[in-house]
Amino acid sequence: MQSNETILKVNHLKINFNTYAGTVKAIRDVSFDLKKGETLAIVGESGSGKTVTTRSIMGLLANNAVVEGGSIQFHGKDVLKMSQKDLEGLRGAKIAQIFQDPMTSLDPTMRIGRQIAEPLMVHRGVKKEKAMSQALEMMKLVGITDAENRINDYPHQFSGGMRQRIVIAIALINYPEILIADEPTTALDVTIQAQILNLMRELQDKISTSIIFITHDLGVVAGMADRVAVMYAGKIVEYGTVDEIFYNPKHPYTWGLLSSMPTLDTHSEELASIPGTPPDLLDPPKGDAFAPRNPYALKIDTEKQPPFFKVSNTHYAATWLLHPDAPQVTPPKQIIERQKKFAEMQREAAAKNQHHQIEEEEEQQ
Amino acid sequence: MAKYLLKRIFYLLLTLFIVITVTFFLMKLLPGTPLQNQQKLSPAEQHLILKQYGLTKPIWQQYLTYVVGVFQGNFGTSFQFSDQPVSYLISSRIGPSLLLGTQAMIIGVIPGILVGALGAIKKNTWIDTTATIVSILGISIPSFVLAVLLQYFVGLKLHWFPIADWGGFAYTVLPTLALAASPFADTARFTRTEMVDVLNSDYIELARAKGLSKWGVIYHHALRNSLIPVVTIIGPLAVNIMTGSMVIENIFSIPGIGEQFVKSILTNDYPTIMAVTIVYSVMLMVVLLITDIVYGIIDPRIRLSGKSN
Repeated sequence: MQSNETILKVNHLKINFNTYAGTVKAIRDVSFDLKKGETLAIVGESGSGKTVTTRSIMGLLANNAVVEGGSIQFHGKDVLKMSQKDLEGLRGAKIAQIFQDPMTSLDPTMRIGRQIAEPLMVHRGVKKEKAMSQALEMMKLVGITDAENRINDYPHQFSGGMRQRIVIAIALINYPEILIADEPTTALDVTIQAQILNLMRELQDKISTSIIFITHDLGVVAGMADRVAVMYAGKIVEYGTVDEIFYNPKHPYTWGLLSSMPTLDTHSEELASIPGTPPDLLDPPKGDAFAPRNPYALKIDTEKQPPFFKVSNTHYAATWLLHPDAPQVTPPKQIIERQKKFAEMQREAAAKNQHHQIEEEEEQQ
Repeated sequence: MAKYLLKRIFYLLLTLFIVITVTFFLMKLLPGTPLQNQQKLSPAEQHLILKQYGLTKPIWQQYLTYVVGVFQGNFGTSFQFSDQPVSYLISSRIGPSLLLGTQAMIIGVIPGILVGALGAIKKNTWIDTTATIVSILGISIPSFVLAVLLQYFVGLKLHWFPIADWGGFAYTVLPTLALAASPFADTARFTRTEMVDVLNSDYIELARAKGLSKWGVIYHHALRNSLIPVVTIIGPLAVNIMTGSMVIENIFSIPGIGEQFVKSILTNDYPTIMAVTIVYSVMLMVVLLITDIVYGIIDPRIRLSGKSN
């Protein structure tokens, strides 16, 4: 499904929030791109700026937000410079969003069929009856049982999982090019989580949409994403393919995140955690924001922000540890094991590749 | 629905019975007799008159007589107006009161909702501030003060409307305005608070994410949800208007039941006090019943006979 066509490009985005306490620098120079049909996961803890980033893509920033710089190019047009009317034409049609809490994101006084049909009526001027029949199709597609009889029910008559399916139906009814899923399973039971994630994967294939998947749950990322961007304190600190992030992480923050996620190989009694709290973005640190919590921090980390160092064509990390002059450090045990596995995977892939090449050459001959 | 209505009407009658009982005994606790201003009469003559009206019997016997009478549709005769039946007295006076009350309710609540909603939508702008100041004034100025101010400025100085009496639409304008101020202010404050909450809710965020325009979001999603709690204060507002009308009708010399009520209390006109109390209670309970039904209509979560799976 994936292609190399880039449909969304976020360049050096900087967003501040004016509050009574001062200016909160929520997004501090964030850049990423999204390719057609791919799933990009943005991972980070609460307050790292994941949600603000996606809101700016939807043009739904709070009133006290100020875009300080950067651009968000969608098909070559800057979303940040669009008029309100153009943004309204984009939302729910080209870019749609699934919200975190299905219990509160549906209008309690409107029948769900109407809520699903609404984006069709708004964007395509589809007449009500036709929109309702399309809504019914969408309800079936997202797996709402007995859809014919339930189309006129109200949200309170559905369970949490079913409501999230309804929210997904609303988001997908116009076959958007980009689907932003902002922690879509956080508020759901674990069993329901898996169902919803499977559903999203299935539907992505069916309607070939790109997904920006926001989460703080790395376990969910592994099964969903093609690429991962790790955010910390309003910046992306590392990005790469899902294998690169999971098995060859370079940034100490990514190490911390991965170590604090238990796996089947975890044998230690105590679950690892990252000490300390994220920095105050009213007054962000001069150097690497993660330095105060980073056991591997160098002196330069407190003085100068690290640039992105290239690990591979798809993998970049912003840590001074990758600088040629940096001392060699030993990552946590768990990460070393992951890196071993990565090396193995790469060898296998290389061997396979070689094998293919030989086969191809043989065929050509 | 029919079953629900029958149940509600049963409770309404039961409540009414309790109201009648309590009011009856409270009223008898009031000092004085209907004849307290008739010093010219000798005690023997007074006793004769009281006996004629059955007021010398024990109180429980008077109570029984009254309740039986009420259930037969007999509200007694007024002491004050030379033996007029109370039912006639009330029916000839209820018109102006109902008209004023309804007008005050309509021009209070509907603009109140609009102003409140506008304040929330334009939060923290001069529109919001103005709306807030106006509604705080509306809450804090007593209706009788407003009535007198209206009489003086709009009536006496500007000659736009008659300052008192009863005789046509023009006569209703000032008392209606005086009565409507408090429901207007309450509704505006309440709607604003609710609307601000609703506008911050997740489903409004989702409605925006659907690509609805600002006013589309407000019209299709925010308004109805903000109105649900506003409906609940309509009952208390009706009470406000009823009690307000007693004062306002006196100030504007309007021949309504509010004015009658005050007069009958001052003269210990027992049958009239009782009858007006019953009328007020019935009106209030009917308003509450309508409120509950409307509540169900606009909020599907508490709909009375909705099918659920």
